[in-house]
Amino acid sequence: MIVLLQLFYEFFKVGLFAVGGGMATIPFLYDLAERTSWFTQMDLMNMIAVSESTPGPIGVNMATYVGYVTGMNQGGIISAVIGALIASLGLVTPSIIVILIVARFLKSFRDNKFVNASFYGLRPTSAALIAAAGLSVAITNLLNLDLIKSGTFTIDAINYKGLILAVVLWIFTNKVKKTKGLHPIIFIIISAIVGIVFSF
Amino acid sequence: MNIYLDLFLTFAKMGVMTFGGGYAMLPILQREIVQKKKWASDEEIMDYFAIGQCTPGIIAVNTATFIGQKTAGNLGGIVATLGIVFPCFVIISLLAGVIETFSHLVFVQKAFAGIRICVCVLILNAVMKLFNKAIVDKPTLVIFILVTILAYFTAINPIIFVVAAAIAGIVIQQLKGRESK
Repeated sequence: MIVLLQLFYEFFKVGLFAVGGGMATIPFLYDLAERTSWFTQMDLMNMIAVSESTPGPIGVNMATYVGYVTGMNQGGIISAVIGALIASLGLVTPSIIVILIVARFLKSFRDNKFVNASFYGLRPTSAALIAAAGLSVAITNLLNLDLIKSGTFTIDAINYKGLILAVVLWIFTNKVKKTKGLHPIIFIIISAIVGIVFSF
Repeated sequence: MNIYLDLFLTFAKMGVMTFGGGYAMLPILQREIVQKKKWASDEEIMDYFAIGQCTPGIIAVNTATFIGQKTAGNLGGIVATLGIVFPCFVIISLLAGVIETFSHLVFVQKAFAGIRICVCVLILNAVMKLFNKAIVDKPTLVIFILVTILAYFTAINPIIFVVAAAIAGIVIQQLKGRESK
């Protein structure tokens, strides 16, 4: 019960402070995984993939998924569904409040110089927070940290299969004209198949 | 049809049709809201989108609240938002149950190990896209580098960065304004 209240509170904060769309929720959820035992950072990566591959805004999907898993860990399918509901409602509540207020003085908000000035600082910060979270997950997935900590710096310390896949995916999503506009779900499915075939 | 029910169903439909949210939603919004329902004009949608990006929360949700509010007042805003959340809730709950059930299978674990690599690349791509839009001069570059390093090496809560960044933005713009005078 208390966890469900905390879930609402945590996602309310995410909804209030994550500026700039779905991916902007990642650093907050990463932080949440670190602070609580609700889900692991590994879980979070899977959730991002599922949220990208299913219909609906990514941020809402992520909230629903985190809420579901957290509820499930608290006991059973019913608390999982309640958790999913509470997390997604927590995420959208600040949006509703803020937008209903802003809608009353739409034009003056858009032209307000303080709003614009704060976004001058917020945009690079949002990008930086996602970059830092991305760096953490990339290192976890591309290096074998247990080996490195035990002092082994051989080729085994690098997940070279993963590294090759990452480079290939980056080229196809950025440099190859025919494929770079494709929906992420296609690359996610291909990566899943590569993972199975090459035994990641 | 009752306007609230209409709002709920229209946005629920949009929730199902949008893959990825954000800009992926724009053409669907234009077709459903501007052309079919005539709840808003093209210009209004663009305005909502612009403001939806610079207000807290998910852009798609913010836009839904705007259109709902404009069409049927505060309750309309709430109903439209719940409409866009509803399909996510149903689909993810079903899917999460299935994934949890099969997550112990070796081939599922291997598939997700591959997928996680893909997610790293997707995050990198998102950062690159944001970087191009957000880093417009030296101060924004300094903010980006500083926050990336601090956020990576310390356990400072992201909220602190967001609040500090908004203040920094205002201060820097004020200083710039003074310089140019």
